[in-house]
Amino acid sequence: MFPYIPNSLKDEQKMLGRIGIEHVDELFRDIPSEVKLNRRLNLDAPKSELEVTRLMGGLAAQNKNTDQLVCFLGAGAYDHYIPSIIDHLTSRQEFYTSYTPYQPEISQGTLRAIFEYQTMVSNLTGLEIANASLYDQQTAVVEAALMAISAVRKSDTILISKGVHPESRQVLKTYFKYRNLNVVEVDLYDGHTCPNNLRSKLAENVGGVIIQSPNFLGVIEDAKALETVTRESKAKFIMAVDPISLGTLRKPSEIGADIAVGEGQGLGNYMNFGGPYLGFISAKEDLARKMPGRICGQSVDSEGKRAFVLTLQAREQHIRRFKATSNICSNQGLLAVRATIYLSTMGKKGLKEVANQCLSKAHYLQERLLATGKVQKPFNDPFFKEFVITMDKPVAQVNHQLVEKGFLGGYDLSKEYPELGNAMLIAVTEKRTREEMDAFVQALEVIL
Amino acid sequence: MFYDKLIFELSSEDRVAYRLPACDVEEKCMEDILPKHLLSDEEVVMPEVSEIDVIRHYTNLSKLNYGLDGGFYPLGSCTMKYNPKINENMAALPGFKNLHPYQPVDTVQGALAMMYELQGMLAEVSGLAEVTLQPAAGAHGEHTGLLVMKKYHEKRGDLKRTKIIVPDSAHGTNPSSAFVAGFEIVEIESDDHGHIDLEALKAALNDEVAGLMLTNPSTLGLFEKNIKEVADLVHEAGGLLYYDGANMNAIMGKARPGDMGFDVLHYNLHKTFSTPHGGGGPGAGPVGVREDLREFLPVPVVQKQADGTYILNDNRPDSLGKVKGFYGNFGILVRAYTYIKTMGAEGLTRASEMAVLNANYLMACLKDHYYLPIDEVCKHEFVLGGVSKDMAEVSTLDVAKRMLDFNVHPPTVYFPLIIKEAIMIEPTETESLETLDRFVDIMLQIRKEADEQPQLLKSAPHTTNVKRIDEVKAAKDMILKWTK
Amino acid sequence: MKVLKDLLYTKDHEWVKVEGNKAYIGITDYAQHALGNIVFVELPEADETFGEGDEFAVIESVKAASDAYMPITCKILAVNEALDDEPSLLNEDAFENWLVKVEISDESELDSLMTPEAYEAFCNEEA
Repeated sequence: MFPYIPNSLKDEQKMLGRIGIEHVDELFRDIPSEVKLNRRLNLDAPKSELEVTRLMGGLAAQNKNTDQLVCFLGAGAYDHYIPSIIDHLTSRQEFYTSYTPYQPEISQGTLRAIFEYQTMVSNLTGLEIANASLYDQQTAVVEAALMAISAVRKSDTILISKGVHPESRQVLKTYFKYRNLNVVEVDLYDGHTCPNNLRSKLAENVGGVIIQSPNFLGVIEDAKALETVTRESKAKFIMAVDPISLGTLRKPSEIGADIAVGEGQGLGNYMNFGGPYLGFISAKEDLARKMPGRICGQSVDSEGKRAFVLTLQAREQHIRRFKATSNICSNQGLLAVRATIYLSTMGKKGLKEVANQCLSKAHYLQERLLATGKVQKPFNDPFFKEFVITMDKPVAQVNHQLVEKGFLGGYDLSKEYPELGNAMLIAVTEKRTREEMDAFVQALEVIL
Repeated sequence: MFYDKLIFELSSEDRVAYRLPACDVEEKCMEDILPKHLLSDEEVVMPEVSEIDVIRHYTNLSKLNYGLDGGFYPLGSCTMKYNPKINENMAALPGFKNLHPYQPVDTVQGALAMMYELQGMLAEVSGLAEVTLQPAAGAHGEHTGLLVMKKYHEKRGDLKRTKIIVPDSAHGTNPSSAFVAGFEIVEIESDDHGHIDLEALKAALNDEVAGLMLTNPSTLGLFEKNIKEVADLVHEAGGLLYYDGANMNAIMGKARPGDMGFDVLHYNLHKTFSTPHGGGGPGAGPVGVREDLREFLPVPVVQKQADGTYILNDNRPDSLGKVKGFYGNFGILVRAYTYIKTMGAEGLTRASEMAVLNANYLMACLKDHYYLPIDEVCKHEFVLGGVSKDMAEVSTLDVAKRMLDFNVHPPTVYFPLIIKEAIMIEPTETESLETLDRFVDIMLQIRKEADEQPQLLKSAPHTTNVKRIDEVKAAKDMILKWTK
Repeated sequence: MKVLKDLLYTKDHEWVKVEGNKAYIGITDYAQHALGNIVFVELPEADETFGEGDEFAVIESVKAASDAYMPITCKILAVNEALDDEPSLLNEDAFENWLVKVEISDESELDSLMTPEAYEAFCNEEA
């Protein structure tokens, strides 16, 4: 017997009687015998909860997690503080076991949380509308690019800065290649996107320009300058942003962006070895009908009470089928709720304080590292919580030694940015202490 | 009393719900470090509330939701089976949740071992050669699988295969994913049993067809008896056969898509393998392929080396590329792995048997009271065609809304599109006979009301916090965020 | 169902009102009724050219989004901007509220459109 399958053999007999058959096998007689599996699946025998817990505990113990290694690794996934109330609230079965809110009368909890989430994303980016979330930043970049292509008539090309996360660029190329759309990369100069290179690549068929700020190398781009260049064409201007930075840095709306996307993992979600994450997307109001995925809207019920419901569904795949704005048929519901609770908890002040601590600590660490004389900074651009250092030894080797000393070193840039040499991208969140940073500097000094 | 607040409406200046450690390095002010033109001139509007405000607010919001632990959820094609609690505990182990995706691989050997073994287990259940765990959801898996098919034809130099055949009974994601993958869509009509019409298929097949997407059992819950013939026809025409795994819960351990002739498949771990739906996500949509398609799977691939260690291999020259950041929805994979380990081979097979038994039992109890367009042995789900064949007054929507008054989540309605007034019922194996009987009682009472008091149904629901919602107003007004 | 006498019709439920070498094009009363409450209309831009059968507009209701197909080869002279703000005008009077005004490229194409009588018969058959 299995704990998740309640019916006993006696129940089974009763049910078979009602159907008018004798054996469960008869319910599978419509499967032709040549395709039936006439053997046991080659999997383990069932296990008890105790056995499974032991097994999983063993696997988890083979990993070194960020409670054990002090994390200076970022590059799109960040070790930010997660308030403990988030786990408690999202452990409520009403949030995590429920389905997509297609029956709004019994889903006002999810719908209201999504509505709050959309409001928060929109307030962060400054752009009028936001959807109920996408898989992650990488696929959000793709969706934004497709929006731009569909909004700009006769366009078939997207320009994307080499400062955008390499995986975002990779995923965009995958999606575009098979649809005969083009992705053209814009070069970096001194760590930031080169406006002249952008200008030289703008053409009639360009539907959108995508930049990331702070970019993958940590540099805060002069987004306004890039936006101004973009406006020489009819292309849409798309920004990938770090939501934590938006309490302080200029919002996409202030820069004049048409679409903003980003990764919401840092808003109260665990790093989870890369997923599930939370892609957000926000846009100017005139792009509402091009927006992919779910959107929650406010309305009233038959008694006139304020009520919320999924809206603009006619754009979506279950109605519009192949003419839909996207094939996405889910949102990262629970992670969006986590982000909403995170932003409620941190609030206006907390978000700013997190940003300030990231900024202060990252600059402290950079100064300390440079003071050792064993590392250099390749460029002088302003940065937020991540920065690049270069060194004489290969980064992979250095990181290996750092693990032995209890540190998760920075991201090895040598594969994607070989021109930088032995370059490491270091991330510093508000969680890092002076003590940890000093010890890290010391460890690096010894290794180098 | 109905709770009608949004968190912004609780905001009161200077309240906080957090406390960070004091900054222990010299505090830098943004204005000192960054040029002014990079800084925002505007305040961000966020709630200012205390911790108890946050706790009460979201607890109250949760109470406005119907959840699976609270009651029966017979949503067809969604497989709303019980979400085991141990799965959540395992995914929350620090050794899993606190891993950075770019850690050196020798520090994540347990995670990679789990993924590698899960790939193997999912391959075994599907009868296919290799599985990628990268896609984030079912629709995402469809897109990935279709790109595998595209690569396959491309590699053979067969470049004119630009079309995908999709039956009219398919999930809306099928044609949509095919479009996103750069295919033209050819829709074919199903026969009056919802099966593939072999003549229509033959007529649609030619050397421009890249493949056929199929759900088996179909969205009507019926097993495609001619599956071998369908597979032969598609393969003879040079195409590939794609399996939409939405309905995999019907056949685990009973039959395998690979053995039926399918070449590519996606799973929905949030359906078949018990991971929670999270109010709309996250899910996970692993994709399996037959032997000669392995080279096209997305990078990186988790591989086991001769010395027993695991690596993430990026070096696959014929890979279709990358479809998502990092390696997939790892946290969901941990849950599915836990589930498969708990159930074992016997448990998964038993789950499918009981899912099918539960569906057939409900069908037997309801078929004399509602219109059942196709009266055949079903698999894990079946489709009713409204209250009765000629009842015009009471619609399926009315029945669904009335069900809310009995604290049951309504079945999937108005899908598949080929059945008018469709009510699609999938009980899953995790429901007891008593739950099913109670559901039957409710359905029969509603049936009676449809004859005697139709107005009661048309104005339903009556007992929920909010009543029927004006969807036209929502779409017209487009109020998509809170403003002061 | 309303069918106006002096117009020409298509199987996709568009109407054409010819005025010399220009024409107004809209969707029929039957179409607006089938769609239900219309919440959004996406129209082309002036000076764009379309072939016969090309999609030129999207009409969206709560439950459906439907394309409008160009009955004849033509160039857009003007679009009915009133529909941007008030798409429900189509529900109020689908014949009064045209979608686009066009310049006809090939008048012989008008011959293949349906007469009011033929269209009415066609709708009755569809229903």
